[in-house]
Amino acid sequence: MITPTDMRTEFARTAAFLLDEDPRTAVVLADISSDLFAESARRHPDRALNVGIREPLMLSVAGGLSLAGLRPIAHSYTPFLVERSFEQIKLDIGHQDARVVLVSVGASYDETQAGRTHQAPGDVALLDTLPGFAVHVPGHPDEVPALLRYAVAGDRSAYIRLSNRTNAAARPAAVTADGRIDVVRRGSRALVLAVGPMLDPVLAATAGLDVTVGYAATVRPLDLAAVRELAGTGAPGNAADVVLVEPYLAGTSVRLVDEALADRPHRTLALGVGRTEVRRYGTPEEHDVVHGLDPAGLRRSIDGFLSQNTA
Amino acid sequence: MNTTTGIRGYDDLPRLLTKLTGDEKHSLSAHSTLDVLWVLYDRVLHVSPATVDDPARDRFLLSKGHGPAAFYAVLAAKGFFPEKWLEEWASFGSPLGHHPDRVLVPGAEISSGSLGHGLPLGVGVALGLRAQDLTDTRVVVLVGDAELDEGTNHEAIAYAGATGLDNLTVVVVDNQSATHGWPGGIAERFSVNGWFTQVVDGRDHAVLETALTKRTPGSPDVVVAVVEPSSPHRGKK
Repeated sequence: MITPTDMRTEFARTAAFLLDEDPRTAVVLADISSDLFAESARRHPDRALNVGIREPLMLSVAGGLSLAGLRPIAHSYTPFLVERSFEQIKLDIGHQDARVVLVSVGASYDETQAGRTHQAPGDVALLDTLPGFAVHVPGHPDEVPALLRYAVAGDRSAYIRLSNRTNAAARPAAVTADGRIDVVRRGSRALVLAVGPMLDPVLAATAGLDVTVGYAATVRPLDLAAVRELAGTGAPGNAADVVLVEPYLAGTSVRLVDEALADRPHRTLALGVGRTEVRRYGTPEEHDVVHGLDPAGLRRSIDGFLSQNTA
Repeated sequence: MNTTTGIRGYDDLPRLLTKLTGDEKHSLSAHSTLDVLWVLYDRVLHVSPATVDDPARDRFLLSKGHGPAAFYAVLAAKGFFPEKWLEEWASFGSPLGHHPDRVLVPGAEISSGSLGHGLPLGVGVALGLRAQDLTDTRVVVLVGDAELDEGTNHEAIAYAGATGLDNLTVVVVDNQSATHGWPGGIAERFSVNGWFTQVVDGRDHAVLETALTKRTPGSPDVVVAVVEPSSPHRGKK
């Protein structure tokens, strides 16, 4: 779905406002997106920083800015932000008790033609190995400003995962400060939880199915109270079946859903990006098919899951 | 000498180090960083137990977190925490580990242990101070000559030099322990990126004080403090 604006543009626009509004805000770049911050760099040369193509330094600098009392935002392409310098995130942010907002672009495979080097489906799972990070996965460019403002206004570290893949419409109810799950549709046979840009494919896949569809743009913390409320009780005829559809590594959030439903018999189906290296180029839509994340693939998986239901 | 309260001096350090190591006759020369640390805290840095939370305090970042006995001894001597903490260090109940944790140790500006993090963090702290117009505040980072092997240092050296980050000082304690050495000298690695460089005797307090108090407007500066060679610690992590 092509929209008139895009998530990166909305991020840069909002970050520029934040630099103007709050002298504690800082942005640290490693060349990527520096063109979008040229005006900010002129207005705030001490707080709109570009360290060059040095992602480890970008993250350490963000940690140091936080130690000096600022509220830094570090931004780059997903693999260079999260994977290239993971020890910098672990030590120079987490272990220092520094607080940084990380904003990525590229998602799991926005750039299929660029190949594996520019793809990072494991980013959220990797950050899950650390304590303390909030994780926001907007599904529409119009959801980005509120999520960024919320993350920057807070005092914890946060990760905002931007993508070119978007839903047709924003869901404002899901980008409120408490990060609650927005109930898009109600049904009885299962809860299908769509994260960020997976909502539209999920709605297409579940057309005509008697399921609840929930939408989450914030996954850490995940709104587990809503999961408990929207899932069935597990009693005969009221199955506690949950289908998680995440735009990153399949199964990333299944641990949390299982813990939330530990008091009742339940089943979970974890859909998302597979671990296989695809070694193909082409379009993101073609890769959706490989991972079973296109509407037809999702429908097959969900039908199979529901047909196994013996509750 | 007052062993429980009040001002302690350089001559107290052997006694404090003995608390940490248990060695009866402790040789100060076993600690490559000791004289640099003492001169910094005794004569150079504007930071004290009373100002550990002052936004304008000078920041000292011990990047080389390995073997922090000298650091702990100096902090204890200067009253940042009780001498008693030095006993039973690295035990479960002690705030003092074999690598320092800034959350646990009063006066420790960073947690260190993994090499190559202190200098890039120090660049961030220096930028943060500059953005808040705290221009009289200095950031001093101590690294080892072997620690310079880590590539992250070179990202920081290049960037700090290019941007003239003149509130940043690096002290390289050079005990010639880098596995492949630094042909042409350590100072050259910094000077090509526009740093002001000084190479001094890392045991001479007067010389260290002069070098470490010098400010160099427009460029960051490095003091290479040369001490006697250590046995190489290849394979040690």
